[in-house]
Amino acid sequence: MLQITDLHATVADKPILNGLTLTVPAGEVHAIMGPNGAGKSTLAYVLGGRPGYEVTDGSVTFMGEDLLALEPHERAAAGLFLGFQYPVEIPGVSSMQFIRESLNAQRRARGEAELSGAEFIRLARAEAAELGMDVEMLKRPVNVGFSGGEKKRMEMVQMGIMRPRFAVLDETDSGLDIDALRIVGAGINRIMRAPDRGVLLITHYQRLLDVVQPDRVHVLSAGRIVRSGGPELAHELEREGYAEVAA
Amino acid sequence: MTVPFPTRKAEAYRYSNLDALKSVWADLEAPKQIVVPASEKHWHVLLPTEEPVQVRRAEIVLEADAELSIFALNTASDYGRYEIDVEVRKGANFTFDAANIGGGKATQEIVTTVRHVEPNGTSRQTVRSVLGGTATGSYLGKVAVARHAQKVDGEQSVKAMLLDRGATANCKPELEIYADDVKCAHGASVGELDPNQLFYALSRGLPPAEAKALLLEGFVLELWDDVPDEAQREALVEASRAALRSVVR
Repeated sequence: MLQITDLHATVADKPILNGLTLTVPAGEVHAIMGPNGAGKSTLAYVLGGRPGYEVTDGSVTFMGEDLLALEPHERAAAGLFLGFQYPVEIPGVSSMQFIRESLNAQRRARGEAELSGAEFIRLARAEAAELGMDVEMLKRPVNVGFSGGEKKRMEMVQMGIMRPRFAVLDETDSGLDIDALRIVGAGINRIMRAPDRGVLLITHYQRLLDVVQPDRVHVLSAGRIVRSGGPELAHELEREGYAEVAA
Repeated sequence: MTVPFPTRKAEAYRYSNLDALKSVWADLEAPKQIVVPASEKHWHVLLPTEEPVQVRRAEIVLEADAELSIFALNTASDYGRYEIDVEVRKGANFTFDAANIGGGKATQEIVTTVRHVEPNGTSRQTVRSVLGGTATGSYLGKVAVARHAQKVDGEQSVKAMLLDRGATANCKPELEIYADDVKCAHGASVGELDPNQLFYALSRGLPPAEAKALLLEGFVLELWDDVPDEAQREALVEASRAALRSVVR
């Protein structure tokens, strides 16, 4: 589903990804772990198409398409969802309006009918409830005044509403307490665990992986995958640290 | 019209498009005279017209304990000017929410003079400008507090968003205070769309122009939250949206 081959990328002319190769087949959840500065967030942003993250070599194929040739909004319409490590606040724009306009823009791009106001509210209400979030919060400006945990939940509400084919989740577990972690993890399983979907889960910790059992775990170090294994690799990392495992 | 045609030397016309002004000068209406009687509460919505040049002026008196809210949207494609002079008497309350939204070569300006001539009055001005192309948007706002006008509270919040390199914003809140026990806050900022917000919106599937327009709605539309009449509020919202969408193209 997602094929990354020999990816090199720079940020402000500084090489961050140095030949990263990774394949996530449909129906699988892969975790990427690694020390600070390994390039985890850069990978997420490169996949999302963030300006300033320049691909200098390599390729990324998403469902048979050249992902890197698409603009960020076209990637979303193609079914890619980027869960932000630090979800952005947008004063003056309600979450309802933001998500609805985004979803309808995606649907237009795919040649699908737009959702009416009533259809959207029904959907939003259901997704918010699944994630234990008061639907009233969706009437407030996007992420403004939300706690770290609420912002991450809101990311999952958006993912639930948009139903992407593939999600790149950048440290979705950071800033969550144990209960919120369970809810968010269950959300990822419910929304994305399907034979025709996939997830790339970027995380520092084992905790989230106890809830969202990954099919594969990869260790990212200095911009490339240095080890891959099954879920047990995450436990090994937790026990022994990156320095040992990545060596 | 006996008033001589202004020159750029006059501060209130420093950033004006005088050629455009000249084109309407002969037919310009005298400033509208508005008096809000003591303790009454009024409000006005000033919607833009289709005219390329729009100049509107008002001279207003708020009598004791009167309240007046003005909501003004400036989207003139060539030259748009709102010029308002307000005398605020004892305990009166003036609020002014206004926006310039212009692209192309538009010159848009909002020129206010708020004169607190008696004690205990309040004034609150909030102005937002969104400028693209080589448009110029200005706010020249003077708050004058007379010697005996103690306990006056005057506030000016002025923010501008520049979408293109050629666009210009002039923000000039000005205070002239002769009383010694007053509160006059003012803030002015000129910025660009936040790249983090923009990328967040793009990553959710909004095409660039729609993403920008939505972020700018967040910047502007709050101005109209307190319009008492829903139809008028909607008219301002819709006119603002249409103007923003044409500016981000």
